[in-house]
Amino acid sequence: MKYPVQYLWLIPALPLLMAGLGALLKRDQRRLAASLAIGGVAVSWLLSSVAFFTNLSAHPFRQTWSFNWFDLADTTVPLGWVLDPLTAIMLMMVGLLALLIFIYSLGYMAHDWNFTRFFCFMSLFAAAMLGIVIANSLLLLFICWELVGLSSYLLIGFWYEKPAAAAAAKKAFITTRIGDIALLLGMLWLYSQSGTLLFYDHGHGCLEQSSLARLAAATTVGGMALSTAIALLIFAGAVGKSGQVPLHVWLPDAMEGPTPVSALIHAATMVAAGVFLVARAYPLMSAGPHPAALQVITWVGAITAVFAAAIAVAQNDIKRIIAYSTISQLGYMMMGLGVGGVAVGMFHLITHAFFKSLLFLGAGSVIHGCHGEQDIRKMGGLRKLMPWTFATYAVGMMALCGVPLFFSGFWSKDDILRAAWAWPVSTVPFCLGAAGAFLTAFYMTRQASLVFLGKPVDAASPAHESPPVMTIPLAILAVFAVLVGFLGTPAWPWFHSYLNGESASLEPAALIAGPQLALLLLSTVVVGAAFFLGWRIYGKAALQSSREIDPMQKSLPGLFGLLQNKLFIDEIYAATFLRLNAAFARFADWMDRVIWGGAVNALSALTVLCSRLNRSFDDSGINAGFDLGCAELRGAGGFLSWMQNGRVQRYLRIAGLGLGLLLLALIWGCK
Amino acid sequence: MPGEIAFYLIAVFTVAFAAAAMTLRRLVHCALCAAAAFAGLAMIYLQLDAEFVGFAQLLVYVGAIAILIVFAVLLTRGDEVAPGNKQSSPSWMAGAAVAALVLAAMAVAILHSPSLHRLAPSGAEAPVRRIGGELMTRYILPLEMIGVLLTGALLGAVVIAMRDEPETKQPARDVAPKPAEPLEALNSR
Amino acid sequence: MSAPLSHYLILSALLFSIGFAGAVARRSAIIVLIGIELMLNAANLNFIAFWRYGPHPEALTGVMFVLFSIAIAAAEAAVGLALVIAIYRQRKTIQVDRLDSLKG
Repeated sequence: MKYPVQYLWLIPALPLLMAGLGALLKRDQRRLAASLAIGGVAVSWLLSSVAFFTNLSAHPFRQTWSFNWFDLADTTVPLGWVLDPLTAIMLMMVGLLALLIFIYSLGYMAHDWNFTRFFCFMSLFAAAMLGIVIANSLLLLFICWELVGLSSYLLIGFWYEKPAAAAAAKKAFITTRIGDIALLLGMLWLYSQSGTLLFYDHGHGCLEQSSLARLAAATTVGGMALSTAIALLIFAGAVGKSGQVPLHVWLPDAMEGPTPVSALIHAATMVAAGVFLVARAYPLMSAGPHPAALQVITWVGAITAVFAAAIAVAQNDIKRIIAYSTISQLGYMMMGLGVGGVAVGMFHLITHAFFKSLLFLGAGSVIHGCHGEQDIRKMGGLRKLMPWTFATYAVGMMALCGVPLFFSGFWSKDDILRAAWAWPVSTVPFCLGAAGAFLTAFYMTRQASLVFLGKPVDAASPAHESPPVMTIPLAILAVFAVLVGFLGTPAWPWFHSYLNGESASLEPAALIAGPQLALLLLSTVVVGAAFFLGWRIYGKAALQSSREIDPMQKSLPGLFGLLQNKLFIDEIYAATFLRLNAAFARFADWMDRVIWGGAVNALSALTVLCSRLNRSFDDSGINAGFDLGCAELRGAGGFLSWMQNGRVQRYLRIAGLGLGLLLLALIWGCK
Repeated sequence: MPGEIAFYLIAVFTVAFAAAAMTLRRLVHCALCAAAAFAGLAMIYLQLDAEFVGFAQLLVYVGAIAILIVFAVLLTRGDEVAPGNKQSSPSWMAGAAVAALVLAAMAVAILHSPSLHRLAPSGAEAPVRRIGGELMTRYILPLEMIGVLLTGALLGAVVIAMRDEPETKQPARDVAPKPAEPLEALNSR
Repeated sequence: MSAPLSHYLILSALLFSIGFAGAVARRSAIIVLIGIELMLNAANLNFIAFWRYGPHPEALTGVMFVLFSIAIAAAEAAVGLALVIAIYRQRKTIQVDRLDSLKG
């Protein structure tokens, strides 16, 4: 069947409706809340599947539909949605992950007091993310982008009574805000230069040929092409949202939120939104003969990949390790977009979504089983106590490390490395990528050894396996973590062809063609070496008790300490930007109190003074004058009444006097 | 000449009696001097060829009003007899001064008007027939109004002066006066 | 031959002043009324004098006026004296300086 494009809005609208309904529910209507949320996302995913299958066989491969949102004098602001391979794949991934994680949350959040609120916020998030995916207008994308940021804030700070959680939510929101401002600026600039914010609009869209040619030809400050400048601003938005260095600081702290939140938002979808944005805006990023934006993206991605992987080696919180791993993998995705194009980056995004959410949910299962313990030094021997969790976690770990052939991470990372090797500008990103792969395998081995191998550190309260409602989604995700990889092997690059609008052909020979074989072997060696090293340090001599010092810390205390403290980036920020901000806030407060407040007070004092003057003038001037006048009048009246003594003769005399005077006046007048 | 002398004599006579009427101590004397002054005026009217008016003046003023005043004096006797009773108002000098001012003003007005120094034209007559005719034609309305007024005054005077025991009545009539009824209420208070 | 008009007018003024002086300078209410009658008479004299010496004596205007004036004066004297008697009955006095209950 065909999914008509103009009804694409139903896909995000359904979870949004469920979020709205969920907001009206009472705290104890848990089953209703969960059913609304899961039902909404399930139906939305079904619609997404229909849309995906429609797009598989659609010609042209991109369909759009737009409408006028409102009119402003002589311009109209249109919004719209697009159904092309990029959208279709993201719809499928987001919908499926949302559904699985919602079901997982039924078990994980079962004992939580605010169960209902959780599902309301999660539905809101799902709606906003789907909105980003279908958006054909940068404006609509931005609106949903902000909504995603809002849901992230609400969900990170879900347990808002914990000060750490509230602070983490604030940090996340503010840090991504910095990126969002750049995105807004880029959006405004793009609108002013190209006249439209629609991506694809029958040749008039801002990502279509005529507009891009114009943008690439114009130059702006510093001799940059205009398209490069706008692209860099848009990329800055992605830097914030996707946790690239230097705006990565919020992601580890975001682990204060519940684990399903970390899985859905901070592994698979929201942080992927930045990568998606770059992929969507790729025509702009790659416009012109020398797309400098792509170079910037590549370098940022490569540095992030290594940076975060190094820090992850020295972390002790199970979720934080995975968080830094996410930052590192996002760096890989950006690097992939920069060196290889949309398909390379997006393939890693899709595979990463599956195995990273698998890892997070597995970590959640571990935490749930260890009764809330999150420090890996206090865990151990869970292999026997939580077999399902261990098995699925192992699949996810191997996918992340890029164990060859069967695991999706291998194929997607290999794509990136191959593209980096072939990059004409420099091979440094390739080296960084390879180093990052080594570190990834190393820290994952460390984590897995400390958590699952050896003996339980605290034998007092034994861990237990999680209920099926949590382990079944883990299993499903594990299956996908393996199978998705086969969609993008060089032998049958279906994924890449689909995204580019071509058809794929099965060519097993491509597996061993050219540098491909060498790279396959290189990545295998790198991963194997890292496994071996990790096993040597952590596997055999697993910690006997939680009080033992980490072996690496013993041998490289300085480096380890530096990495454990996240290279003191947070502290540097606090000492510089945050202090500056605080100083400015104090200044603004002073201005407000003294200057503006002073002005207002002065004005009010002036008004009071005027009114006092008025009153005193009224009292002494008018009242007194009036009183005086009345007193005079009374006096005169008193005099006149004294004259009226009741005796007729006096009246007669006065009449006569008057008569005489009148006569005299007449006489003199007539003279 | 004889007209002038007559006039001056009567004028002096009238003024003297008028002054006396205003200054004598006993009220009855005042009333009678006033009557004499009225009579003097009547004679001046006659001298001015206004015969009917002169006789009317005699009949009404001397014959009725003066008698009326005498009646009133007699009926309010008790107040006057008390000894040590000053007859002039406490501030009579101020009143006299005002009267003098009025006189001065009028005198100045009269003496300074040249048109008032004329002499009488001849042949002014006011025959009674003509007076009657005028009254009945041109002045018919005022005549009727006077009738109403006199009726009202009559009734009013009766009502005002009436006592609880219907006793002395002081009727007021116009041209044909009747002698008043016997004075029974002389001693009544 | 008769006196000029101004002499009659002087006489009238004199009588008027005398009447006025008596009205305002004597205590007894009856004297006041007599004074008023004198003033009215003075005015009547004025009218007759002007009638006699005036331009149209055949119109009899002055005579008419004086006739009505006399009638009115009579009515007024009657009512006034009735009032005096009533006051005397009430207050036992007709001295005008004691009759000041309309004092302001």
